[in-house]
Amino acid sequence: MSKLPEMINKHHEEIRADWLKQMSTAVRRADLISNEELESQSRELMDAIAMGARSGDVTNLDGPAWGQARDTLSAISASRAKQGFSTSETATFVLSLKQPIFNAVRRENPSDPAALFEDIWKSTQLIDKLALITADAFQVTREKFIARQQEELMELSTPVVKLWDGILALPIIGTLDSARTQVVMESLLQAVVQTNSRVAIIDITGVPTVDTLVAQHLLKTITAARLMGADCIISGVRPQIAQTIVHLGIDLAGVITKAKLSDAFALALQRTGQVVTRVNGDNAGSKKTLLRREE
Amino acid sequence: MERIPILRMGQFLLVTIQVDMHDRLALQLQDDLTEKISECSSRGVLIDISTLEIVDSFIGRMLANIAAMARVLDAETVVVGMQPAVAITLVELGMSLSGVRTALNVETGMELLYELRGDFHSEMGG
Repeated sequence: MSKLPEMINKHHEEIRADWLKQMSTAVRRADLISNEELESQSRELMDAIAMGARSGDVTNLDGPAWGQARDTLSAISASRAKQGFSTSETATFVLSLKQPIFNAVRRENPSDPAALFEDIWKSTQLIDKLALITADAFQVTREKFIARQQEELMELSTPVVKLWDGILALPIIGTLDSARTQVVMESLLQAVVQTNSRVAIIDITGVPTVDTLVAQHLLKTITAARLMGADCIISGVRPQIAQTIVHLGIDLAGVITKAKLSDAFALALQRTGQVVTRVNGDNAGSKKTLLRREE
Repeated sequence: MERIPILRMGQFLLVTIQVDMHDRLALQLQDDLTEKISECSSRGVLIDISTLEIVDSFIGRMLANIAAMARVLDAETVVVGMQPAVAITLVELGMSLSGVRTALNVETGMELLYELRGDFHSEMGG
């Protein structure tokens, strides 16, 4: 029978002191975490480990006795992910516990190599499992982060703006995937109904690359708008994108494309029977523009 | 039997679909409309689907067919007031209704018809 659980229980204060010393030389990130916080985290974790060790089983951490250790470790790991620690730094926090425990094990078994090996093997398994829990929790927190940011990005990046009576603009920023196309399409069509617009300008200046899939999504949006009675103009086609479109053999026939948003806006004004003219007033030098509708 | 009314407005016909379209009703409309176009020698058809909330591929094809048939009878077809959800559904079904003209509402639809039938203005004026 291994003496490890008993040993951890008995010596957990010494192990912790040793551990803190270990960390101060190895992975201390004074810029991210204060000494007091590190101290309290290590105390919390060591107490939880001692509590788990009291169950007598140090190789199976799935049981209820280790519940607190798992929770504590997950909480610490999550907070480290938020503080900006790297994965290896967070894992090292737990892995640096290895040497203090080994030291304690060696002190406990001065003359029995077989028992020493047994205990070292057990403690290695224990620490490895704790490290795995840490890594898992770290990753989950990071993934939640990314998912939330993606959501925010999605909401941020699909504004529909009204440029003029009957003219909408939809500046797209970032890559168009299926989920975003759906959001873009819905918000555009809603805006078309609400503002009674006959022309919508889709500006793709902010779209980094256009491949066949993106083009297909654009065409879908344009077709849906056309079905509702609104014409679409694509603007902001950069020279490289024009080349890509031709090389990929994407058929944009039937879609009006313009190089610049201003060109598209001029065409939209023309389509809706409006014109912008410059008025030279009495004040020479002051340039005013006047818009009138050609009936 | 239930029918969709077809109203005559000068040289144009006005169809407003205000009930749920089912397949037989759609076929009946196709019959009635072609009949009416030739009877009144209409130059344009305006179909208002602003209250239509559910479409399937059959209704979509029927709209395309009506437009094609009307064109054979020398009448232009304009579909107006399509709901966003309907438009998205048709696109997802792969139906772009490329032969059908569309407009936002009845008003712009009528404007479009007048525009398409440019000769109509001169007839009215003269």
